[in-house]
Amino acid sequence: MTVLPNNHYVDDAPYDPDEDIKSLDRPDLDAPSWLLIWRKFKRHKLGLWSGIFLLVAYLSLPFVGFLVPYTPNERNADHLYAAPQMVRLFHEGSFIGPYVYPITAEADLENFRWNYVQDRENPARLEYFCEGDDYNFLGVFRADTHLFCAPEGATVFLWGADRLGRDIFSRIFYGAQLSLTVGLIGITVSFILGITIGGLAGYFGGRTDWGVQRVIEVLRSLPELPLWLALSAAVPSHWGPVAVFFVISIILGLLDWPGLARAVRSKFLALREEEFVRAAEMMGAKPNRIIRKHLLPNFASHLIASAMLSIPAMILGETALSFLGLGLRAPAVSWGVMLNDAQNLASIEIYPWTAIPMLPVIVVVLAFNFLGDGLRDSLDPYSDH
Amino acid sequence: MLILRYSIYRFITMLATLVVVSALVFFIMNLPPGDYLSNLIAELRATGQADGISKVEFLRVEYSLDQPLWKQYLIWMGFWPGPHGFSGIIQGDFGWSFEFDRPVAEIVGGALWLTVLVNVAAVLFVYLVALPLGVLAAAKSKTWVDYTSAFVGYLGLATPNFLLALILFYYGHKYLNLPIGGLMAPEFEGQPMSPEKIKSVLLHLIIPTFVIGTSGAAAMMQRLRANLLDELSKPYVDTARAKGVPPVKAILKYPFRVSLNPFVADIGNLLPSLVSGSVLVSVVLGLQTIGPALLTALKSQDQFLAGFILLFVAALTLVGTMISDVLLVLLDPRIRFGGRGK
Repeated sequence: MTVLPNNHYVDDAPYDPDEDIKSLDRPDLDAPSWLLIWRKFKRHKLGLWSGIFLLVAYLSLPFVGFLVPYTPNERNADHLYAAPQMVRLFHEGSFIGPYVYPITAEADLENFRWNYVQDRENPARLEYFCEGDDYNFLGVFRADTHLFCAPEGATVFLWGADRLGRDIFSRIFYGAQLSLTVGLIGITVSFILGITIGGLAGYFGGRTDWGVQRVIEVLRSLPELPLWLALSAAVPSHWGPVAVFFVISIILGLLDWPGLARAVRSKFLALREEEFVRAAEMMGAKPNRIIRKHLLPNFASHLIASAMLSIPAMILGETALSFLGLGLRAPAVSWGVMLNDAQNLASIEIYPWTAIPMLPVIVVVLAFNFLGDGLRDSLDPYSDH
Repeated sequence: MLILRYSIYRFITMLATLVVVSALVFFIMNLPPGDYLSNLIAELRATGQADGISKVEFLRVEYSLDQPLWKQYLIWMGFWPGPHGFSGIIQGDFGWSFEFDRPVAEIVGGALWLTVLVNVAAVLFVYLVALPLGVLAAAKSKTWVDYTSAFVGYLGLATPNFLLALILFYYGHKYLNLPIGGLMAPEFEGQPMSPEKIKSVLLHLIIPTFVIGTSGAAAMMQRLRANLLDELSKPYVDTARAKGVPPVKAILKYPFRVSLNPFVADIGNLLPSLVSGSVLVSVVLGLQTIGPALLTALKSQDQFLAGFILLFVAALTLVGTMISDVLLVLLDPRIRFGGRGK
């Protein structure tokens, strides 16, 4: 800092006349908008981490059979309601690698339940890439290699076992296959319906618009769950698990589109009057091209963000339906089906680990919410928030 | 006068919506192949109880199940004379429950009021919780108060209602000695209202209300916070502060009142989810609302019972939404005098 004779202060740093322009992040103004969105989204840490978590979760769905030690319906009659086993590293002060203590069941004839005793003398070290039960790898070929499993004579129930002695940890991973995809199929149905119907209403306006709006009003004013219940009660009970799964996800999507259609319609109505649309029209663009090239890209990202926010409702919906016995049914494994076992107070009190499937539900729903919030905040890259 | 006219207009649109909804409900109820009576006949034939069939055939004619579907609907609603003249829902005849072998009105009778009670309690809970917390979160935005309330709110949104119900039930009983199951102590069932009965019902209401209301309260709180924050960033608030208006008054005097507006309007979004939640939670907690009856009826294709309950639940939300719309007009002169639509 230099002080001039007339008492003015002057910064010693060299003067750069272009500085003002640079500080506006000049290169940003030319960057494509997805890059701007991504830059802004990166700053939303919670959303970013939620996105990464969900990506990993979805990408690992095909490899579930390999990742977990048991198959979903593998029963273990000697370990009914076994308590969660801890994986330890140090045995009697020395490091011997991850191991578990084998457990044996003892009947408690006073309270009529099983008590499990740990055998602290013989730590069972976990094995890796070992042989276990058969599973379908990627749905194509059968495999029996598991990432880790317990050695002969021991079990590894990380999150306990349920009333048939099935491993809850493994079942949660298998359950994710259905519980996580329900939302995706549902949102696809909802997207197709919402964009088509909302687009029609917004584009044609007039009577079509009026009719669609009344339908939307009626559907939005109805409580979802009783309707879901009624529709899933209509699914014939002799259908296979896969068919039921698809029908349930379609039902979830069928009642979700009104919100989306409303958003699409209002966007259409607003954008139709924009100058760039008029310019395109004057240059002779067909309505089809205007919609696809000029209108949709303008709010596609908004739609994605709103999809992220409505997937959780579907996941919760599937859970609730299966929990009530009207959704997926055994032998299908989903988080709702698993929670069906934790339906009574006795499980909560004596075998609290049967309620563990609640945790992935909460985590996934939270992650979708954070991701959706993050996307929504970063969609408008030119605004400062 | 404008308000009266608006109320009448709203009431008529609600009735129209209700008619559409009733058709929708009837359609959904008839989606599954077969119906309760056909299943019953098949079962009676299979078990060789042929003499029971005549009674079922009688019921089929009595409740016009032999008519074409559109006529069945009109008779059910009471727009068309059935075997006994006009006798449908609008005449107050709710039909017959085949599953329980009793009139629908008898089965759902007391449950209807308890359903309304549970839902009103949940709405009150949402307002009582969301209002102070939302204002607090906005006033102390970007502090630990804000973050904690956001976190708790998110958790409330993400936890499946029914499990929250079970867990709270268990711990509420264990540590606070709250009663388990039902909406009143067993000895009060079927008894006339008395101070003890009211006290018992209120005690039993605590956990259901909490469970049903949590997610709604969380959403409402976030919206109130956002609205209030928008309002607080306006210049007139700065002016008020600069003039030395005490902070509490600077928030409550105008910004708070403006941000209240969507608070009333939102009940249209809130009610359907609350009613949904109350059905689910009632099933889990064994509350004597219409939730458990609905589940039984749906599982056994008991169409009149299920249809009536679905219609009632829809009517509950529609009436609630109508009341909130009228309240909104009362509250906000801009809507009252701005004219509608067009």
